[in-house]
Amino acid sequence: MKIPVRWLREYIDITVSPREAAQMLTMSGTEVGSIDTIGNNWKNIVVGKVIEVVPHPDSDHLRLATVNSGGENITVVCGAPNVKKDIKVPFARVGAVLYDADTKKSIVLKPAKIRGVVSQGMICSERELGISDNHTGIMILPDDAPAGTPLQELLGDSILDLEITPNRPDCLSIIGIARELSALTGCTVHLPSHKYKESSTLIEKNISVEIADPDLCYRYCASLITNIKVAPSPEWMQQRLSQCGINPINNIVDITNYVMLEYGQPLHSFDYSKITTKKIVVRGAKQGETITTLDDIQRNLQEGMLTITDGNKPVAIAGVMGGLESEITAVTSSVLLEAANFNSSSIRHTANQLNLHSEASLRFERRISREIAPVALQRATQLILELAGGEAARDTLDIYPKKVEKVPILLSVAEVKRILGIEIDIKKINDVLNSLGFECENKDFLPQIWAIPPYWRTDINDAADLVEEVARIVGYDKIIPKMLGSALPSQQLTPRIVNRENIRDTLVGCGLQEIISHSLTSMKMLQNISPQHNLIGPEPIHLLNPMTSAEEYLRTSLLPGLLTTLSNNQRHEDDELKLFEISRVYLPRTGALPDENDMLAAVFSGARIKKHWLIDEKPFGFFDIKGIVETLANRTGITINFQNSTDARLYPGRGADIINSSGVKIGIFGEIHPHIAKNFDIELTSYLLEIDLSRLPCVLPEKKYHALNRYPAVIRDMAIIVDNNISAAEIKEIVLGFSLVNGLKLFDLYTGKQVPEGKKSLAYRITYQSSNHTLTDSEVNKIHQKIISKLGEQLGATLR
Amino acid sequence: METQLQSLREDALASLEAITNMESLNEWRVQYLGRKSSLNQILRSLKELPPDERQKNGALANQIKNLLKNKLQEKTGQIEELTLKDSLKQQTLDVTLPGKPIDIGRLHPLTQTIREICNIFGSMGFETIEGPEIEQDYYNFEALNIPEDHPARDMFATMWTDYRVGDDPNNLLLRTHTSPMQIRIMEKRRPPIRVIVPGRVYRYEASDATHESMFHQIEGLAVSENITLAELKGTLFEFASRLFGSNRKARFRCDYFPFVEPGVEMAIECIVCNGAGCSLCHNTGWIEILGGGMVHPNVLKRVGYDPAVYSGFAFGMGIERIPMLKYGIEDIRLFCGNDMRFLRQF
Ligand SMILES: [Zn+2]
Repeated sequence: MKIPVRWLREYIDITVSPREAAQMLTMSGTEVGSIDTIGNNWKNIVVGKVIEVVPHPDSDHLRLATVNSGGENITVVCGAPNVKKDIKVPFARVGAVLYDADTKKSIVLKPAKIRGVVSQGMICSERELGISDNHTGIMILPDDAPAGTPLQELLGDSILDLEITPNRPDCLSIIGIARELSALTGCTVHLPSHKYKESSTLIEKNISVEIADPDLCYRYCASLITNIKVAPSPEWMQQRLSQCGINPINNIVDITNYVMLEYGQPLHSFDYSKITTKKIVVRGAKQGETITTLDDIQRNLQEGMLTITDGNKPVAIAGVMGGLESEITAVTSSVLLEAANFNSSSIRHTANQLNLHSEASLRFERRISREIAPVALQRATQLILELAGGEAARDTLDIYPKKVEKVPILLSVAEVKRILGIEIDIKKINDVLNSLGFECENKDFLPQIWAIPPYWRTDINDAADLVEEVARIVGYDKIIPKMLGSALPSQQLTPRIVNRENIRDTLVGCGLQEIISHSLTSMKMLQNISPQHNLIGPEPIHLLNPMTSAEEYLRTSLLPGLLTTLSNNQRHEDDELKLFEISRVYLPRTGALPDENDMLAAVFSGARIKKHWLIDEKPFGFFDIKGIVETLANRTGITINFQNSTDARLYPGRGADIINSSGVKIGIFGEIHPHIAKNFDIELTSYLLEIDLSRLPCVLPEKKYHALNRYPAVIRDMAIIVDNNISAAEIKEIVLGFSLVNGLKLFDLYTGKQVPEGKKSLAYRITYQSSNHTLTDSEVNKIHQKIISKLGEQLGATLR
Repeated sequence: METQLQSLREDALASLEAITNMESLNEWRVQYLGRKSSLNQILRSLKELPPDERQKNGALANQIKNLLKNKLQEKTGQIEELTLKDSLKQQTLDVTLPGKPIDIGRLHPLTQTIREICNIFGSMGFETIEGPEIEQDYYNFEALNIPEDHPARDMFATMWTDYRVGDDPNNLLLRTHTSPMQIRIMEKRRPPIRVIVPGRVYRYEASDATHESMFHQIEGLAVSENITLAELKGTLFEFASRLFGSNRKARFRCDYFPFVEPGVEMAIECIVCNGAGCSLCHNTGWIEILGGGMVHPNVLKRVGYDPAVYSGFAFGMGIERIPMLKYGIEDIRLFCGNDMRFLRQF
C-alpha cells in the first residue's frame, strides 16, 4: 500500500517528518518498506508563467517561449506542442538538475544555443522531472500556482510504501494509516465532508436490491446519480491514483478507486442504463453461467461463486471484478454506485479459483468492516456530484440482514502484566485504547476496562488482542528484557539424534565433506540410480503442485543428490572427493504419515592419497570404504558383519552388505555399478556407501570399563596357505574361538608364484594373554599348535 | 725400565694429542691400553723383577695407566662433542617443504549453524527435538489459528502431496514452517515445556538469490506459568548477543503471525552499515532475524491448556539467513549447490 504523505496530511496534521512517521508505523506493526521522495532534487526549478510564444526564426517545429519565473523574463527554445501563452509551467533555470531518460543519468542544465538562439533555461516535461514517463509535452501546472514558487513546495512529496499484515484491512487505506499515526503521535484525525444535496426522486423508485444469499453477502448499499458527465478526472486525483499504482480511467471509476484508497472500502459503479431490470440480486452463480469481466476476458463461473446479477444474469463477480457490459463509458449518464460487504472466505475462494486478484478482492478477503460501506458510499456520491455533476436520488439503499452487535471486551491491568511482563497503569491503558478509537468503560473502580473496538477494526476479538494494542502503542522498546525464570523442564538426550550427530562427526574425522541436498527430486533422478533405469525401492511420494519438474517427488534415496554433487564438482576439482549426507528419505506407509527415515550416504572418487613428495598416489579401494564403516561401528558401539552384496547399484562382486547383530541388512558399500556412474557422468571407479540410520539401535552407546591386564602378552606369527575360497572371517572365527587368544591381526596376504595355483597365503600375528597369570612358552606353544591343527582340519590350511 | 715407561708415556700423550676421530682413538686405545700393549707387557713382566724394583716400577706403570685412561676418557668426550657439532651443522631441514597432508572433512555450514544455535538455546534449557516434514493441514495451519481461506495462508505458499492419511480429507503438505511442532509437542507433553526444533521447510516459491523452495528453520517454544513478553525479549536478545556479538544492538517491533498475540519481529543492527543505512537493510539500519510472540490463547485452548493459567512464547527463524548475514553470502542457492569451493570455506 502506497501512502503519499501530501494526501495523508489532508486527514491528519502530523507534526513529525515522513521519516519519523515511517519509523513509528514500522515499530507499531505497519512496516514501511521504503520511502520514495519526489522533488528533493528540484533545485532551481520553479513555477513559470508563459508570457509570450512566437515561432522560431529558423525552425518550423520549434518555438520561442518567454517565461516569467519571478525575476526577469527569459526566452527559451521549446519544441513541445502544448506550450501556449498564459499557462503555468515547471521552469528549470540554468544550474537545475534534470533526469535524462535516454542515458538514465542526471544532467546539469547549461545555457544552450539551438539553431542560433540561446536558451537560458528549459520548460520541463513530467519525465524530465522524474514524476512519470510522460514526455508527450511539457507539464502544465495549476493556474493559481504563483510564479517563482519552488516546484518542490508545490509538488514535492514523500510516498511511504507499506507492508500491511493480513489482519489489518483497515490499514489498506489512507485514513486507516492516519488513524494509526493519530494514536502514535496524539494528532487528531479529521475526515472529509460527505454532505451532498439529494433530488426529490426516491431511490427505491428506480432500483431494488435483494440479497439472496445472506451468508455470503452481509450488506449491500447503493446510491443512484443521474445526469452525470463522464470525463477525465481532475489532474490532482489522477496524480494521486498514479502515485498509489492505480491507472486513471474516467472521473466515475477514478472516484470509486479514490474512495477505496481513502477508506479501504471497495466500490463498484454500474452504468444504470445497462441494468435494464432495474433490479440487483446478489446470489451464488448457477452451473454454467459466464461473465465477461472488465479486462475483456470471459470467465466461467463455478456454482456458488457470489455474483451481482440483474435478476437474470451476472453483471459483476461480487468483490472481485465488474462486468464489461455494465461498465462506465463515455456515454454513461446515470451511475448505480455499490458499496457492499461480502464473506471473506467466499471472495478469497473465488479470486483463487479464477486466479483473478484485484484491489477489491484483496480488501474483502481480509474481512473489512461491515460498517464502512455506507460511509464510503456517501463520500463517493458526494465526489461524483462534485466532479461529474448530476443529481443524486433521495436516500441510499442499505440492505443489512444481520447487524453485528458490538461486544465489549474485558481487559484487566493484571492481564496486561501477565502477558507483557511490565506494569502499565489503568489510565495509560485507557488512553492508548481511546487513542485507537476504542470506547472504554471503567466500571466500579476495579482495575479493569471494558473496551468496544472502533467500527473499522475487525481484528480485535479478545483480551490478547487488546494487550497487543496496548503494547504496540506504548512501544515494544518499553518491555524490559528478562531471562526465563520458570521451572526448567526435565530433559533426556534423544539417542537417535545423539548417535546421528556422532556419526556425522566421525565421518568428518574420516575426512569426508558433508553436503545438504534438496529433498525434492525427479523420477528420472531416482531411476538413474538403477543400472536398468527402473525404480529401486518404493514408489516415491508425488507433489500435486511441484515448482519445477526437477522437484516433483520426495526422494527415497540420498544417492541422486550425492552423485549429482559429485559429478558437478568433478568438473573443477582435481583432488579426490569424499562426500556424505545425513538426511531424511520419505517412504510411503499405509494409514499413517510417511516414514521419514534418517539415512547416511557417501560417495568417494579420485585418489585416496594424493601424489605428494613423500607419498605415492593411491586410488580409493573397497577396503578404504570398509575401514570407514568399521570406524563408524566402533564409534557407535554396534557390532556389524559383512557379506558379499547382490545389490543392483554395486559393481557385481565388488560390494558388501552391512549386517547388524540380529542378521538384518542395514546398508551397503562398494564400487558403483558402471551404468550408474555413466548415468551421472562420473568417473568409473567411484564408491558409494549407504546406511539406514533408522535401523541402528535407538540407545546411547554403552561404554564398558575393563581393568588393565597386568600380565605380559606373548606374540606368535603364523603364515598359512588355504584355498582361495576360504574367507578371512572363517579363519578369524576359529582363531578367536580359542581361550587366551587376545588379538589377531592379518599382516600379509599373498597369491602368486610362491604358492600353489588356487591358493593364497595369509600371515597373522596372534597375541596370547591371560588375565590371571604370566603365560609360559610351553603353554603358548600348545595352543598355537592346536590352532594350526584346527585350521588344518576345518579349512585345509597348511603352514607355509 | 723407568726410562722405557717415561718414553712410553711421552709417546702416548703425543700421539693422543693428534687424534681427531673415533677410529684413530680406538686404535690408540688398543696400542697403549690394550691387552697386547707395551704397558700391559711391562705390567705383566713386573713379577720377574726384584721386589724393590717391582714396587717402584709397578707404581709408576699403574700411574701411567691411570693417566692414559683419564686422557682417553677426556678425548672421547671431546671427539663426541665435535662429532655432534658437526652433525648439527650438516642436518639442516628445508622446513618450507609441505608436510604430510592430514585428511579432515567439514560439516556443511548449515549444520554448523544449526548446532551453534541449538547449543545457545540448549544452554538456556531448551531441548532439541525434531518432527515430520510431511504434515497434515491441521498441524501446519488449522491448529495454528490459520483456518482454510484465511488470508494469512498467503504468507505460506504451500506444496501439496498426493498422499492422504486415514479419513483426513486433506492431502498431506510439505510443512511451510517448523511451527506445527508447537502443536505436536504440546499435545504430547504438559507444561513446563522448553524446546527448539530445527528442520527443513518448504515453500511454493521460484528460486532466486534470496528464495529457495526448500530451506531450514528453527522453532522455539516455551510454555509455563508466568512466561511473559519480557522473557521472550530476554531470551532472544541473549541469543542475538551470543550469535552476533554483544555489541550488536537488537530490537523488537510489532508484527503479525496468526498463532501468536502479541506478535514480534526481532531485528539486529545492520551488519554491513552498523545502523547507518545501506542497500542490504533497505536504508533502515536494521535486519530482520526472526518472528515470534506470545502463544495465542486459541492455540493453547486447542491443545487443552488453560490460557488463563499457562502462557508461553514461540519464535521461528530461517537458518540460511544467519550465515548469509555473518559471511556476506549473497545467494541462498549456494547452500544446496554444494560446490566444494563454497563448502571448503567453512
Ligand atoms: Zn545496512
